[in-house]
This record gives sequence, C-alpha cells and structure tokens, in this order.
Amino acid sequence: MAAKVTDPLFEFLLRMGDNTLVLGHGVSEWCGKAPVLEEDIALANTALDLIGQTQMWLGLAGEVEGKGRSADDLAMLRDVWDFRNLLLVEQPNGDFGQTMMRQFLFDAWHVEMLDALQSSSDARISGIAAKAFKEASYHVERTADTVIGLGDGTQVSHDRMQAALDLLWPYIGEMTKADAVDTAMAAQGIAPEPDALRAKVDARIRAVLSEATLTIPDSDFAHKGGKSGFQHSEHLGHILTQMQWLQRAYPGARW
Amino acid sequence: MKPTVAEIWGWLDQVPDPEIPVISLVDLGIIRGVEWDGDIVEVAVTPTYSGCPATSIIALDIETALHDRGQPNVRIKTQIAPAWTTDWMSDKGRAKLAAYGIAPPSPAGGPEACPLCASANVEKISQFGSTPCKAHWRCKDCLEPFDYFKCI
Repeated sequence: MAAKVTDPLFEFLLRMGDNTLVLGHGVSEWCGKAPVLEEDIALANTALDLIGQTQMWLGLAGEVEGKGRSADDLAMLRDVWDFRNLLLVEQPNGDFGQTMMRQFLFDAWHVEMLDALQSSSDARISGIAAKAFKEASYHVERTADTVIGLGDGTQVSHDRMQAALDLLWPYIGEMTKADAVDTAMAAQGIAPEPDALRAKVDARIRAVLSEATLTIPDSDFAHKGGKSGFQHSEHLGHILTQMQWLQRAYPGARW
Repeated sequence: MKPTVAEIWGWLDQVPDPEIPVISLVDLGIIRGVEWDGDIVEVAVTPTYSGCPATSIIALDIETALHDRGQPNVRIKTQIAPAWTTDWMSDKGRAKLAAYGIAPPSPAGGPEACPLCASANVEKISQFGSTPCKAHWRCKDCLEPFDYFKCI
C-alpha cells in the first residue's frame, strides 16, 4: 500500500535518495568478490559515491519534511512501501554483466537528470546535483565502456550482455515516464521537463547499446510502481532485510 | 588574545589529509573559509567526494588541531556548493603529491608523466584506485603501477 503523495518535493527527494541508496547497497555487495581486483575497487568506489549522494538527498528530504527525521532514519527505519526508488535499481546483481548493464542504464538516466538539476530553481538541489553530477559523469564513462567492451567482446560476453539487456529493458521506461510528482516538479522549475529528459536519456542509451552490438528489444512495455511506491518487486524486501538488519535486531542502536 | 584568521589558516595548513598525509587539508583545497563568529572559530569544509569516508575524520582532525592551539570553540560547517574541484589544490600540494609518488591531477584527463621515472609513456589500468579521489595507472617504461589523483 502506497502512502498518499502529500508533498511532491519530499517525494521527489526520496526518489533521488532511495535510488542511490538501494543501488549503492546492491553494488556494495560485490566488494571482495568481483571478477578482477580493479573492478572490485571500481564497484566499491561507485557504491561509496552513491551512498554519499544518498546522505545529501535523504538529508534534504528529512529537512523538507520537517519532522526531524535524519538521512539515517529515512534509510534505516522505513519499510518497503515507503521507498520511492525505481524498480530498475532493486533488480538483483545477477552476474557481473547484469550488474554493469543495470548500472549503465541507471547512469545514463542519472547523469542527464543531475545535469538538468544543476539549474534547478531550488538552490539546495542544484548544489547537491552539481556535486553528484561530477561523480555520475565518471560512472557513466566507465559503465558505457564496459557495456561496449563486453557487448562487442567474445560470444560468451556478448550473449550475457544481451540476456542482461533483455531482462532489464522493461525497467527503463519507469525512469522517464512522468507522473504527478514529476510534472509538479517540472512546473516549479525544480526538476527537468520529462519529455526533454527522456529524449536525452534514450539517445545516450541507444548510442552505447548500438556500439556494443546489442539488439535493442522491440518493446516499450514498462513495469512501474517503484518510484510511486505503489508496487515494488519482491527483491526490495530482501534487500532491506540485509541493509536494515542491525536496526531491526537492535532498534535505535548507535555507535 | 584571539588569533587572526591568517594564523588559523596557517595552523590548518599543518593538518595532514588523513588518507594522503603528505598534503595538508589546505593544500587539498577543501577548507573553504575560516571566520570568527563571536568566540567561535567557524571552519567551512567541502567534501572531496560525496561518500568519502575521510570526511568525518577530517572534521575531527580540524577540531583537534584547533583545540591543541587553545581554541575550545570550533564549529565545522559542511559546504557542498560550489562543488569541490581539483583546481583548488595548491601548487605546493601538487608538487608534494608528485614527490610522494601520486601523479597530480591534470586537465588532460590523465597523468602528465609517471611520478617515479617521469616518462610520459603511461596507460590507465582502472578508472578507480585506493581512494575515491584516485585512479590506477601504469608506466610502460619503468613498468611500475602508480596512483593518479583524478581531475574533477
């Protein structure tokens, strides 16, 4: 059951912060077991950037909400139905190729979103975006290269990347399909116009996938329910049991 | 007697970065302001990377350094905007990095030369390195791997 949208700004900030939180947590699970040391370090650093951005977004969300909730409270003390992340970021890590494909598809959206948010009418948001944009630009440079390298690589790597793309494709529509929150944010000049954003994200994704010699699925079917909180996939609950384990086992624990 | 703002900057220039101790916090360009607010020293600090785990240690190191100089009232203000850039790194800091074996940031997007043998014949191993602010490179002449401080 999704909570009612009360304040679109709060909802929007939760979306930004929950995306980086859930994805950052998933990516961090590679720490110590990635295929090669360099990729292990890269994934851990990517996760670190995402968690850092989460602190800024959820910190501001708590401030906007005005109920005294900190970034930690929002991250650790909410349950599935209160999360506002995209379904894409809660999809399982799978193999390395699937993790990299998920990361690339997210980065392609993220970097364009953050770029646009740098000129947000809300100075707090443009400040966070300017910082996160630098990190996201660096991320997408690497993930695009990796998707191209593996897609246009051996038969095995190509097949795995194609399988990852086929699996994740139905989740990209939710990133740019506007709903009431997106429209309200655009109307206030806080976030970009959804149509303009979609065109940029699509162009970026298609250019890389084509260079990666991957076949873009011929369907625009899009799962939805993540960013609205209406219906998360089964995976989010499992992620939260891991991520929030300490607070669930020892409520209010601090160190 | 209250120390001057310039004196405080001088003290902060002696506080090493916790992860790359050859350069100071001032060299790194993350101290964005020092001001007196009544009897409180307010130090504005900007994080390098959003998730840099050194951030809280840095705040602690600043407080400790100023307490040691007899300043009990210290306030750390985190300032996100404008976002930190390696352009704020001091020339002194760049020279120290190179002498330490870390290639300093370069707008060209990669190290100008191997910090160990000065050869320009270098290649990237990985976009990321031992800390969020560094990438991993290798010299094709002396064959040694080295850290490159990313230019952002």
